[in-house]
Amino acid sequence: MANATANDDEAIFKAVQDAVERHGNSREELIPILNDVNHEIGYIPAKAMHEINRLLKTPESHLYSVATFYRMLSTKPRGRHVIQFCESAPCHVVGGREVWETLQEHLELAENETSPDGKWTLITTSCLGVCGVGPVIVIDDDIFGNVTPDQVPDILSRYS
Amino acid sequence: MAFYRSHILVSVDPECVSKGAHDIIDQLNDELIHRGLIDEVQVLETSRIGDPTLYGPDMMVYPEGVHYARVKSKDIPFLVEEHFLKGRVVESLRAEIKAFSDEELGAPMPKEVRVVLRNCGKIDPTNIEDYLAEDGYMGLAKALSMTPDEVIDMVMKSGLRGRGGAGFPAAKKWQLARAAQGEPKYILCNADEGDPGAFMNRRVLESDPHSVIEGMIIGAYCIGAERGYVYCRAEYPIAVRTLNIAINQARELGLLGYNIMNSGFSFDLEVRQGAGAFVCGEETALIASVEGARGEPRNRPPFPAQKGLWGKPSNINNVETYANVPQIMLKGPEWFASMGTEKSKGTKTFALAGDLNHTGLIEVPFGITLREIVYDVGGGIKDGKGFKAIQTGGPMGGCIPESMLDLQVDYETLAAAGSIMGSGGMIVMDDETCMVDMARFFMDFTQDESCGKCIPCRVGTRRILEILNRISEGNGREGDLETLDQLCKEIQQDSLCGLGKGAPNPIVSMLKHFRDEFEIHIKEKRCPAKVCRSLIHYEISSEFCTGCTVCARNCPVNAITGERRQAHHIDPDICIRCGICAQVCNFNAVIVN
Repeated sequence: MANATANDDEAIFKAVQDAVERHGNSREELIPILNDVNHEIGYIPAKAMHEINRLLKTPESHLYSVATFYRMLSTKPRGRHVIQFCESAPCHVVGGREVWETLQEHLELAENETSPDGKWTLITTSCLGVCGVGPVIVIDDDIFGNVTPDQVPDILSRYS
Repeated sequence: MAFYRSHILVSVDPECVSKGAHDIIDQLNDELIHRGLIDEVQVLETSRIGDPTLYGPDMMVYPEGVHYARVKSKDIPFLVEEHFLKGRVVESLRAEIKAFSDEELGAPMPKEVRVVLRNCGKIDPTNIEDYLAEDGYMGLAKALSMTPDEVIDMVMKSGLRGRGGAGFPAAKKWQLARAAQGEPKYILCNADEGDPGAFMNRRVLESDPHSVIEGMIIGAYCIGAERGYVYCRAEYPIAVRTLNIAINQARELGLLGYNIMNSGFSFDLEVRQGAGAFVCGEETALIASVEGARGEPRNRPPFPAQKGLWGKPSNINNVETYANVPQIMLKGPEWFASMGTEKSKGTKTFALAGDLNHTGLIEVPFGITLREIVYDVGGGIKDGKGFKAIQTGGPMGGCIPESMLDLQVDYETLAAAGSIMGSGGMIVMDDETCMVDMARFFMDFTQDESCGKCIPCRVGTRRILEILNRISEGNGREGDLETLDQLCKEIQQDSLCGLGKGAPNPIVSMLKHFRDEFEIHIKEKRCPAKVCRSLIHYEISSEFCTGCTVCARNCPVNAITGERRQAHHIDPDICIRCGICAQVCNFNAVIVN
């Protein structure tokens, strides 16, 4: 869950500065920096990109080309809670399809969509490596395993 | 070294964490301070103890070896008082577990030989002393007393092949990097285990990180590298954390850093996280990612051994390859080569997933047959259903049907069968699986993960996916299968990297062994396994229906009509084939055609 709000310029600058201080201001550290900023704010706002460009002296085109390549980084705002569903074969084979359909129905969202009230973003993720307890849902940093369709409303109701 | 009279090992397995394990740890420490016991009792984190779904959050208390399970915050004050002040076990919280009650790594099944997995679940990965007690870093000590060429020779004699999938002899790779011109040299560990269904590397990194670190230091010594990186995917946050703890502890003991063990050899290591891109498991894409760029593969030659990270000679190996090295040093190459087949020596970890009775991690010597893996180690197909196919090697692998189950598992045999070893994921499919659906599924994954750099992969996989989608929706056309055959061949030949070259493999193998299933989908517009939504119909049998209205009330789209006590009817135009009616019917009156 994002710790700062994207509308708070000061918070954005601080997130970037902390990340650059932690890792160093060279281009090689770009991915760790982007990871930190994404984790802190929930995504990477344009203002953050400007600031990274200023501090790393790296063209924004390069910054965006990297940020848009990796699945876990987002340049678009995300909901307060990000739901990641594992859509890989091992989870699929043990009933993942039914859980996925229930999720979409219950939230009234399709993949990559954010709910109008800004609460949920639903995305698929590739294999998380916990295939022994598939099907798996991750909400923010919480992992739920052995999920069945009827558990979905209960799991979702735990988040405000 | 501080001396504690008691240790509490709290499981921080992901599921336990989601149940509040970290809060428990904080509370334990608070209570111990409050009771003046903090210098006598030490709280530590450990990996999985008992099945978290049954026991979590749980902990082990030593030296008694008591297992406390389902511990809640409110239990802590009483627990500390009873157990540590009064010396009485709290029976109400105690839970017996069998020696190895681990959902993904149970006690060894018949025919298993645990080398890489030997310490997992048995030692505390966040305590280097546990690893040292298991002859940890003795392999490194031995290596440092030999010359790099002598060490490479030993690894060469063992026959160790890269465990990432390609199976290239590890010692040969090290030789090439050692001989290459350029300074400084780098050593990297590929911990970007992205194959769906593969989680062996994850477990080793979380439960026995030092085996990998030790292997890397030995490798670095051989090639002459002073810096190393472990590239670990971001989807494995616990592995990243555990690795960092392990690296710090190794540094503190002088096993990493300047002048290791007074040998004159200096080496240090860092963890780099990915950001969610399967293609970064490809070695040149991984290097690009460490350099801070898009994870796009590069042309080879030049190979990383000549021009790798920042253009310098670099050696990349998989987690499991490194994890084998210390044992080879300690027990000797002859021991390692005594296991396996003529060309594939040693053991391999596999992650069994799918419709088996016993899924999870196993480690077996090469040469075991697939049938033994499925039935002896895997316990056979769940729910008594029939075996249809086993997919080996992940999304770049191929599926193997029943007729070929007696094949031996080694690099050459699997390749000849149209599959690959890959990193070790094996997905078992029962007879209710639709192969068209699975083909579509694998292609969906590789299409999504294609980096986009070269046309054969970027465009070719999309075209294949379009055709497979059409077929599973009932719009297959005459000539589709021939087009697929041709597309697959071209993409295999012309793609830049292993992802593209391997992406058509599942399709090729499915067309070879299950072609008739595809033809039925196209010609008869029917799905024999009753999986493809557009090709199945739900009907209510008037013979069995009692008109209880349960199905109608549960249908999410109101597709069922009928009067009480009269046979009900499903409107096929509204029905979305979710299957809920079949699940709730108590009279088995819902038929799928």
